[in-house]
Amino acid sequence: MFQVRIHGRGGQGVVTAAEMLSVAAFYEGRHAQAFPSFGSERTGAPVVSFCRIDDREIRVREPIMEPDALIIQDPTLLHQVDLFGGLRPDGFILINTAKSFDELGLGEFVEGFRHERLLTVPAGDLARAHTGRPVPNAALLGGFAALSGLISLDSLAQAIRERFGGTVGEGNVAAAQAAHAWVADELRELSGAAAG
Amino acid sequence: MLRQVEGSRAVAEAVAMCRPEVICAYPISPQTHVVENLSQIVKAGELSPCEFVNVESEFAAMSVAIGASATGARAYTATASQGLLYMVEALFNASGLGLPIVMTVANRAIGAPINIWNDHSDSMSQRDCGWIQLYAETNQEALDLHIQAFRLAEELSTPVMVCMDGFILTHAVERIDIPSQAQVDAFLPPFVPRQALDPDAPISIGAMVGPEAFMEVKYLAHAKQMAAIDLIPEIAADFEQAFGRDSGGLIRGYRSEDAETIVVALGSVLGTIQDTIDELREDGMKIGAVGITSFRPFPLEQLRAALAHAERVVVLEKALAVGIGGIVTANVRMALTGIVLRGYTVIAGLGGRPITKASLRALFLAAADDALEPLTFLDMDWEIVNRELARMATSRQSGPHAENILRDSGPVAAGPV
Repeated sequence: MFQVRIHGRGGQGVVTAAEMLSVAAFYEGRHAQAFPSFGSERTGAPVVSFCRIDDREIRVREPIMEPDALIIQDPTLLHQVDLFGGLRPDGFILINTAKSFDELGLGEFVEGFRHERLLTVPAGDLARAHTGRPVPNAALLGGFAALSGLISLDSLAQAIRERFGGTVGEGNVAAAQAAHAWVADELRELSGAAAG
Repeated sequence: MLRQVEGSRAVAEAVAMCRPEVICAYPISPQTHVVENLSQIVKAGELSPCEFVNVESEFAAMSVAIGASATGARAYTATASQGLLYMVEALFNASGLGLPIVMTVANRAIGAPINIWNDHSDSMSQRDCGWIQLYAETNQEALDLHIQAFRLAEELSTPVMVCMDGFILTHAVERIDIPSQAQVDAFLPPFVPRQALDPDAPISIGAMVGPEAFMEVKYLAHAKQMAAIDLIPEIAADFEQAFGRDSGGLIRGYRSEDAETIVVALGSVLGTIQDTIDELREDGMKIGAVGITSFRPFPLEQLRAALAHAERVVVLEKALAVGIGGIVTANVRMALTGIVLRGYTVIAGLGGRPITKASLRALFLAAADDALEPLTFLDMDWEIVNRELARMATSRQSGPHAENILRDSGPVAAGPV
């Protein structure tokens, strides 16, 4: 079972992100369970959502306390909320920002983790460029598909179109593709640096 | 067809396929998505004839459902928590009049303190209102139970409540097999009411009954629920034949046949319990579970047969009967009359507190060692409780509990869980 926890703020599509991730996994024939952290919903308030993916029926209903991956939709949460709680040592982190982990002041924190699994991507900027709005969820999922290899970009695009449809859907698919390419480039640079 | 869809959406589609002619509802979390989806389905003309009535309260919702059902219309509503309590007087009327209304309860805690999260306090408080109560373990079962509920309600002419865990099921997006309209039509015949108000053939429904016959009329509601003990498994068997899925029924065992320790529970927590049981079985513990799908009628004989061989029974409840402890426990004990075994009550998950595998594992290990108190509160923070108890002992004017405790706890961070 692979478990993803998504952090953001109300209005950033955090719950929709977990839902779309689960739909993409469903298109690949897998079992998936997406659910929100059941708080009172308010724009701007910290929000958490969860997605489990497995090859067999998922029965467990507890929140995800030891995620395999974290998607951070809003870097302003970094110092307000215990975002990294329970993350497995071989876990993935993808943060929506143009800054690096060092620039975010996370250099020391991430020392125990696998660096090639920790990336940032300016998903909000990419979303604004392709949809006119800085809602980063679809772009982050595109980046996450490249980072984790958990789902294909095609399945994700299908899930995004199912959720949004029309020009909003196409814009979000384009943002996801751009973020996917961005992360794929970063990974190539990292592996090049490691090889060189 | 398999789809990756929210539980509420799946239930709304299933209800629509049952062709209710009147849907009346007042929105309340976590039931809202069910009725929002139904209103969209009706507005889009995908369910016709059907009148969607926006009522001004839950009392009105149940009253409209009663009126609609009394005219012979298939009627549906949904609610949760305080909303269910607000319709209580009408609930008893619906069952007393024998009107086959189907209602979803998206289970949620009851205030005070106000809390929107899941537990079973709402539907458990109405266990004796005369409605059949079915509890869904999964979203697939929630969908399936609604289809079965209309048939059960109408064959017996008695109302049915389908209880599904609020948020945990209603807001979860997962793989659900959604049947076709033709399948549902083949399974659920058109509603033939036992009684109907008709201007062309006037009758009255709702006579005042004095001491000479009140008990007899009341008994008939009980007789219908006793008949449901036979009918619920029959409908589940028909359902399995038509849809290919084992859904519903009275109770369901999980690795319980040879179990020394059996956990009894209702609803979605059974999934987490099953995963925990699998891990403990790998360690060699003889543990299993029995899920109760039909809480009213309560399957005394079936439960007795499923539990009689156990050394101990742990009843895990998502509601608290203040002043005694377990609600489900009292019923389970009645099923076990005369059988000597160790019984434990565990109150868990109140007000949405997560019930985790780690906590269940520790609990079941303690149970197997018979190291549990008769009444246990899972993951209770006794420090918080004892601090408030001490404050009460110190001062007669110690103030409101909830505010005191929140002040002690400090600002609640929106942490990872």
